[in-house]
Amino acid sequence: MSRVTLITPKSPPPAPPPQDLYAKRKQIYPKLAHGKFRTVKWLAMAGMLGIYYLVPWLRWDRGTGVPDQAVLADFAGERFFFFGIEIWPQEAYYLAGLMILAALGLFLVTSLFGRVWCGYACPQTVWTDLYIWVERAFEGDRAARMRLDAKPMSFNKAWRKVGKHAVWLLIAFVTGGAFILYFHDAQMIAQTFFIGEAPLSAYWFAAILTFTTYALAGTMREQVCTYLCPWPRIQAALTDEHALNVTYRYDRGEPRGPHRKGESWEGRGDCIDCKQCVQVCPMGIDIRDGAQLECIHCALCIDACDEMMKKVERPTGLIAYDTDIAVARRAAGMRTQYRLIRARTVLYAALMVAIAALMAWGLLNRGTFEVNVLKDRSPPYVRLSDGDIRNGYTLKLVNKSGEAREMSLEANGIDGLQLEVIGLEATEAGRIFLPVAAHGVDRYRIFVTVPQETAGGRDHFTLLLQDTATGELHGNRTSFMAPGD
Amino acid sequence: MSEHHKDIDQPTGVETTGHEWDGIKELNNPLPRWWLYIWYGTIAFSIGYMVVMPAIPALPGLGTNTRGLAGQSDRIAVAEQVESLRAQRSASGSALLTASLEEIETDRELQQFAMASGESAFGDNCATCHGAGGRGAKGYPTLADDAWLWSGTLEGIQYTLQHGIRHEEDPETRFSLMPAFGRDRLLERQQIDDVVNHVLSLSGREVDEAASSRGADIFAAQCASCHGANGTGDRTVGAPNLTDDIWVFGGEYRDVYNTVYNARNAHMPAWGERLDEATIKSLAVYVHSLGGGE
Repeated sequence: MSRVTLITPKSPPPAPPPQDLYAKRKQIYPKLAHGKFRTVKWLAMAGMLGIYYLVPWLRWDRGTGVPDQAVLADFAGERFFFFGIEIWPQEAYYLAGLMILAALGLFLVTSLFGRVWCGYACPQTVWTDLYIWVERAFEGDRAARMRLDAKPMSFNKAWRKVGKHAVWLLIAFVTGGAFILYFHDAQMIAQTFFIGEAPLSAYWFAAILTFTTYALAGTMREQVCTYLCPWPRIQAALTDEHALNVTYRYDRGEPRGPHRKGESWEGRGDCIDCKQCVQVCPMGIDIRDGAQLECIHCALCIDACDEMMKKVERPTGLIAYDTDIAVARRAAGMRTQYRLIRARTVLYAALMVAIAALMAWGLLNRGTFEVNVLKDRSPPYVRLSDGDIRNGYTLKLVNKSGEAREMSLEANGIDGLQLEVIGLEATEAGRIFLPVAAHGVDRYRIFVTVPQETAGGRDHFTLLLQDTATGELHGNRTSFMAPGD
Repeated sequence: MSEHHKDIDQPTGVETTGHEWDGIKELNNPLPRWWLYIWYGTIAFSIGYMVVMPAIPALPGLGTNTRGLAGQSDRIAVAEQVESLRAQRSASGSALLTASLEEIETDRELQQFAMASGESAFGDNCATCHGAGGRGAKGYPTLADDAWLWSGTLEGIQYTLQHGIRHEEDPETRFSLMPAFGRDRLLERQQIDDVVNHVLSLSGREVDEAASSRGADIFAAQCASCHGANGTGDRTVGAPNLTDDIWVFGGEYRDVYNTVYNARNAHMPAWGERLDEATIKSLAVYVHSLGGGE
């Protein structure tokens, strides 16, 4: 009974709070910023979009019978082409290595300079920036857009809205369309796409990417970063007080307040509370509240603040790339220090170098020729009418180079062993030559016969292949089965 | 409303929902409303899905699951896929019909197609007796070796497949009968022992010389008409070569004695009744490739 009295509230429970459990999205109207970071972002955007749209059109001659597209994920042909590199399905570990390298690169950059990926290079940022640029072209800058949205529908409002969405959809379609260029021959698919003869998957992916581009860059924007993206959560584990982040230097800015021309700056901070940093923010946050999950570190607030600081004739850099520890130490009257070389940055860099070196070594030393010998499982051996024992094999010759080859084949290791390749005659000297096509896999059936006197149980022999042009040798030791033990 | 004071959680500065358990307060970080709408959307979708697609399993007394308005069925989908596959293959299939077996074997594209379809047809129909890869079993000839009872040529294999062996429903079947010398009292036990000794001597086994020489006369009288005077067999009647190392029904004394006493007249069905011509041709090419093709 005493337990019941314990959980019974002494006072009546509070009235249900009036605030909603679901928040309506607050429309953000980022103002156009001017300054060096805005310029860098325009250039980065042009670079990223240029790479994305133009790379599929680059050509790279690889000889006849092989696609000449510089970058191509050829699913039908089971090849991935990247300029001079040709990756086969069994070498997908190079792609895995590339992903690991990219992840480590992201870790390193984040622990050094914060979320530069989010601020400059993430497709969500790049396309959102592009979409806001279109929006600005139709509806004007922040103040004009806010006025327009507040007005009732009119012809003026209608054509601006329709025009904006039409251009957005066009960009979205071009984005989705460019995606499929990476998976088919760009020129061919660009033509067949519009006459309805492209594969169904091409239309699907073009449609999916058109939709996601339009929805994510046009209508979702900052919601993607705040609610959908895992990276803001992960990066919290990667940055620390030594990472350079877009930071409001409160040691210099506080106490903040409006400032009239001619007033003294004594005893107050440099922040004049003009809220320009908030107005240019594409995420709709106030950088002066400190590092936040929402902040993508696009540095536009730095541009906005620097502009104001010049106007009020104070030094720029009230908001700047800085570290938490530097600001805290300055606030405490200590000397600032920057430590780019830390255990984690050294570790990430070392891991990157190691993996890049490993991959480079693997790529440079990978053979362009592979020999696979598959022994028949059934029958494991065949007794011939004269009592000799014969085993069957399938020989797979993988030629990754652009040159056709001719390999001479011999086998030894068991007394009296005889070799026969189905469909090929041995020369008078008893040698067998196997032609191997460029960029392909050739299969040969092989019969190996051993006299019954020397056969018995499991034995081994070696298949020796030698390139008749280069003399390159490939050996493959394989087993021979016979009855007995 | 004016009486209501917002309850603010001090460390985070976030409003609470007013719910409290043992001093633990629930913070109100409102979910975006579009998120809620997407959830509603998934509910609406699931209801639509239940109506359109088969969704509710068979309940006792109902007999069957709901079919759904779209009439979607994995069984029908598979049947359609098989049908479209057949249509795709019909081009190569009809090429198999017009080409001769030799042409199939030399044309790289046709040969690969025939090998692939032959291999799968072999697995479905032939491997039960002849084993995967034609490895054979006691009583079922190994197809991968170089000995043939009737014929090891492409045409011969095709004929065997088409008409079978001792398949009496087919008038063109390959046919012969070996007498059951012991069971039907054609030979005495002692005579059978003698002839078995002789037969084993043909492939160089160590035997009772005296019995073997007695058996030679019996062999000449009873067996040579089919198996040949030297015991090398006769393909026209499917009589095995007795001088080699290959024994379909076993090469031990007991096995051979049993064979002479009871006779072995193995049977293979005529596949012409069950498989289409293109498949038979593919099978002929495949079997021919197993290692003993002539």
